[in-house]
Amino acid sequence: MLKVNADPSGTTPAATGSGRVARPETCDSPDQADPGDNALDGVVAGSTSSPASVSILPVVRARSDEQEPDSARRSDVDEWGRSEQMRSLVRRIYDPVYRYWFRVEWEGLEKIPLHGGALLIANHAGAIPSDAPAIMHGIEEELGRPVYGMADYFFRTIPVVGTMWSRTGGVPAHPDNAYRLLHDQQQLALVFPEGTKATSKTYSDRYRLRRFGRGGFVEIAMKAGVPVVPIAVVGAEESMPILFRIGFLARALKLPYFPVTANALLMGPAGYFTYFPVKIKLRVLDPVTFDVEPGLERYSRSRVMDEAENIRATMQDNLHDMLRERRSVWFG
Amino acid sequence: MGRRVLITGLDTFWGGRMAQALEAEDDMEMILGLGANEPLVPLERTEFVRSDQKYSILSRIVRATQVDTIVHTFLETNSVNIPARVLHEINVIGTLNLLAAAGSAGSSVRQVVIKSSTHIYGAAETDPAWFREEDSRQSPVRTRVERSIIEVEALVKDFAYDNPHLVVSVLRFANVLGTDIITPITYDLRRRLLPCIAGFDPLVQFIEEDDVVRALEYVTNHRIPGIFNVAGAGKLPWSEVASIGGAFLLPLPPIRPRAFVAPLRRLGIVQFPPEMEGVVRYGRGVDTTRLVECGFDYRYTSAGAVESFARANNLRRATGTGEPMYRYEQDVEQFFRHSPAVVRSLES
Repeated sequence: MLKVNADPSGTTPAATGSGRVARPETCDSPDQADPGDNALDGVVAGSTSSPASVSILPVVRARSDEQEPDSARRSDVDEWGRSEQMRSLVRRIYDPVYRYWFRVEWEGLEKIPLHGGALLIANHAGAIPSDAPAIMHGIEEELGRPVYGMADYFFRTIPVVGTMWSRTGGVPAHPDNAYRLLHDQQQLALVFPEGTKATSKTYSDRYRLRRFGRGGFVEIAMKAGVPVVPIAVVGAEESMPILFRIGFLARALKLPYFPVTANALLMGPAGYFTYFPVKIKLRVLDPVTFDVEPGLERYSRSRVMDEAENIRATMQDNLHDMLRERRSVWFG
Repeated sequence: MGRRVLITGLDTFWGGRMAQALEAEDDMEMILGLGANEPLVPLERTEFVRSDQKYSILSRIVRATQVDTIVHTFLETNSVNIPARVLHEINVIGTLNLLAAAGSAGSSVRQVVIKSSTHIYGAAETDPAWFREEDSRQSPVRTRVERSIIEVEALVKDFAYDNPHLVVSVLRFANVLGTDIITPITYDLRRRLLPCIAGFDPLVQFIEEDDVVRALEYVTNHRIPGIFNVAGAGKLPWSEVASIGGAFLLPLPPIRPRAFVAPLRRLGIVQFPPEMEGVVRYGRGVDTTRLVECGFDYRYTSAGAVESFARANNLRRATGTGEPMYRYEQDVEQFFRHSPAVVRSLES
């Protein structure tokens, strides 16, 4: 395994608070909030000293004078709902799974930037995808950078799961959210451009990349002026393969799809919580930068589609390449 | 010549506070407050006119007083204890009449400031984490407060379109917390029982009541046109609101929580109006960059607003209800404002 940072600073909450990217080590300063809040925070912090702030409050109470510079955060839950404490707890629990169950192996991890925003994209697979946690865990452990996993709104609607998802770094995949993460806060955001089309596909379609949405991820990266870093994942397809889907159950339960997995056939309901012990291999491809001016309102549709298609083709080639090299599903 | 300002809803929390704030301004020639009832706060020189939202009297008042600024604070954004029809009358018909009076031919009005609410965005799972002013809501309108605010803003938009020479500002405020204001959230926090939806812990924003008044005043004084989100910086989880406020969380079932809480609402144990359900489930965030870029500085962040409320609440718990209620006496107020016996050194 590639070790970029000997001391993964993502393990303690205090360290990860400052581990937020592009922030100097000023954790104790009042503006512990995210970089995106800086505009506001600066103003709030400066308000008491600023002579321009006219005090025209009703004279009933005199308490505005003793106002301290105010931080936007009280606990370690950030404005996206991510809690570094929760995240490190989950990392501790998930680490054995990552290390001994999936035996995750990275290739080209150094291509993920250590500073600045980047949009990570990956192929998606498994009825309940096993790739997202592996990628997030890997990058956070090895590089000490938080990764925000962007996923379907659907997660938000499930009680407990939605909250846990949010606390452990999940963010609803809305273009505005992605832009704010990437541009304003210079974070790493992970998206799966195929969406549920990939996770709902049956085993017979494995490793065939679905359509990359409408190329929205390229447009966001262009607008935010950040590179797209594609990651090819091999193994997740076999960790929870879908044999077939039951349409009416999905409609009745208001789920995006209702999969019948090989795991469920072997283990019953427990199969929905148990992955096969496949070997997961991840290959980080060369970052793609776009030679366009960032911050525009919109970009040429054909350009966006072309770039998305190029990235998709490269990922597909790399997947085939990795599969050619693979001798065993279980041992890689 | 100084400014002449008309404030609606003088008998409500915001109208009273806004009048107090404007009274402290030097160039304020005249402040006139409309209200269905007597003002709740002591006022120095604000003239009070008892009126409802009737059009005829509004246009007469505007014409007779030659006001140049209208501050419309009287929008009800809390459906607790208000029948649907009254809510509609106050919000939509009231605004309709007010704008008609302001926009009539030869009107002296040059600026209209509207106090709206971020309820206009709704709250749904498909929402962005931060709504900008130009974003439209993502979910269908389900509650009457939201519907009436949408109607009001549509009226304001038409008004601004028809009267391009006027400065029209709309401020959309997040949920308010503060020392004095009573909202469903403060009601619940004061009673130490805050409803939540089991399994959900959304991120919410608040604005402190002083910042509300300051924002209204800022926009009024600087004559800044446009729509602005107003909310404290940052967000905090709903559970943290309860813990800072010293309240217990009352988990409601995720399916039909309002049916479950209805008996408790009847008994007055909690308040949980329909427009809060989405907020308590999915939270809501608004992007406040625009107003900050116009130079407004907030005193409180969202979390700061909760803490400020909690401190006031601690004091209230320790000392009881405290200050005696102010009572408006028509004769006394008229005497101080208009009797020749009173020496008015300030105004000469």
